[in-house]
Amino acid sequence: MSFHPLMIYDPAKFQQSERDVVTEGPPFTFTPERRAKLDELLTKYPPDRKRSAVLAALYLVQEQQGYLTGNGMRHIAPLLDLTPAEVEDVATYYVMFYREPVGKYVLQVCRTLSCALNGAERVTEALSAKLGIGVGETDPSGMFTLLEFECLGACDRAPVLMVNNELWHECLKPEEAGKLVDEIKARGDAAFNGCHLRVEK
Amino acid sequence: MEPILTKYIKEPNSYTLDFSVKHGAYEGLKKALTMPPNDVIELVKASGLRGRGGAGFPTGMKWQFVLKDTPLPKYIACNADESEPGTFKDHVLMERNPHSLFEGCLIGCWAIGAKVAYIYIRGEFYHVQQVMEAELARAYAAGYVGRNILGTGFDCDIVIHRGAGAYEAGEETALIESLEGKRAQPRIKPPFPAVEGLYNCPTAVNNVETLCNLPPIVLNGAEWFTSLGPAKNGGPKLFCLSGHVKKPGVYEAPMTITLRELIYERAGGIRDNRKLKAVIPGGSSVPILLDHQLDIPASFDDVAKAGSMLGSAGIIVMDETTCMVWAARNLLYFYKHESCGKCTPCREGGDWLWKILTRIEAGEGVMRDIDLLVSIGGNIAGKTLCAFGDAAATPALTTVKHFREEFEAHVREGRCTVPADWRAATMPMAQAH
Repeated sequence: MSFHPLMIYDPAKFQQSERDVVTEGPPFTFTPERRAKLDELLTKYPPDRKRSAVLAALYLVQEQQGYLTGNGMRHIAPLLDLTPAEVEDVATYYVMFYREPVGKYVLQVCRTLSCALNGAERVTEALSAKLGIGVGETDPSGMFTLLEFECLGACDRAPVLMVNNELWHECLKPEEAGKLVDEIKARGDAAFNGCHLRVEK
Repeated sequence: MEPILTKYIKEPNSYTLDFSVKHGAYEGLKKALTMPPNDVIELVKASGLRGRGGAGFPTGMKWQFVLKDTPLPKYIACNADESEPGTFKDHVLMERNPHSLFEGCLIGCWAIGAKVAYIYIRGEFYHVQQVMEAELARAYAAGYVGRNILGTGFDCDIVIHRGAGAYEAGEETALIESLEGKRAQPRIKPPFPAVEGLYNCPTAVNNVETLCNLPPIVLNGAEWFTSLGPAKNGGPKLFCLSGHVKKPGVYEAPMTITLRELIYERAGGIRDNRKLKAVIPGGSSVPILLDHQLDIPASFDDVAKAGSMLGSAGIIVMDETTCMVWAARNLLYFYKHESCGKCTPCREGGDWLWKILTRIEAGEGVMRDIDLLVSIGGNIAGKTLCAFGDAAATPALTTVKHFREEFEAHVREGRCTVPADWRAATMPMAQAH
């Protein structure tokens, strides 16, 4: 966080620290299945390059407890011959890792140019109004978290919504965003229309 | 021209091994394995195949630079971290035609003498990865990948590695860092990856579309490939049309096709028959072109001559309702958010540009802000380890260059002078971050 000498100084808007600290969280140990899965993943890389599996290991931690904690990172560090600091270094860099608890459905709206030209900002507004939360927040019921994401690489089907890092909903019109929330509540994962490349015949 | 890379993508089972093999998959590999590796490299050099990831560097040359006399293992790292805004061609190829990518990886490995190809796929493409993992398992079972491929004694593994959301991982040395389990931050070059790449071993980093072009080159020869398209820009090319066009999508054409044909014929023209305002021809990192500049072939060289770059061929079309300050601000948020933070000009400068653009867009800008954008942009471009710095400065520099009067109007009138009903009703949500 810094300023160009000619920039107008405005502490209320711009002069805030962005430092974040990793939460310790509850004690963490992999379930035997996930531990076995990690061992299997490690065979894909040279034996002295266990570090390559750190992203995969972090995904497993996130799958098990929903988000990443200091204890989770400390658990995987020795499995990959790393220090906890090295794991934290990686975990805090990539945007698909959550570092605080999130809702059951994390709605990740693509906000970059092609989607924005097709109304992505309105989609975010509609979801925000429907859920009563801002971007980066989780609703009180713990069911939804709303996030903005950078280009998801499906610009021909804009605006695109990714859910929980895995599910996909394309061509989401702002006026249909509220309805989608109701659909998710009623039908769960089945509410998402998926990637047209898999659906379309 | 009949599509080559995307010929079967509309078929319901185009991604399956059975369908692919029935339609000629792994034939190129069979032929390549009968050729000495060096002949494969010479063939690719003769074809003039240029990297489809953005830089347009000749693939054959890249392979030739891969160290030969070394006891170290060699690697192919396939760049499937398709994150350039406006680009979605690799997405289509991997989802609908994964065997062509596997075949390309194997041909590349044979040519440079690698035993493993890592496909670094962006984390957001989980649905694509699932398709690929299943098909890769089938290819292993059928003997196209793994030990003693097709009975020739050639061993080669393919590993799909999932990223976790980082635009910078698409830069070749950052991709290698990420594959090694570190932050996706670029390395100082030289040494180039061809000499010291993944695990400090010689590595060729190739884009998905580049590798998918290899099987047809091996099968049909270099002359056939160069004949498709202008000199030094041969072969089929995928163009991604998005933004305010009627039929956005991936279109395959030789690079003789003009940008205007792509926009008005393939993609059906501008939505609601509005007027075209600006086109970003190669993913968000390149300078914009105006309406009168569109009658040029969409080739690497011709687009460069017009003052922009073909880049990843992600063509974003903006109509007359688009505020260029808003567009620049949208992209600068992307770049400030995705900057890896290694080089100061990009890390700080990108943030400054976004803040200034936000002020102007919100109607709180002053006239000197416009020159400040140019000054800061000029101090980022060319002053960073990787091309990200140039990319981050470009949206601000290019919009000020072509639409300065629009910036001035924002400052003069203290509001956005080109509002549009598809934009956020309030200042965009990103303001809060």
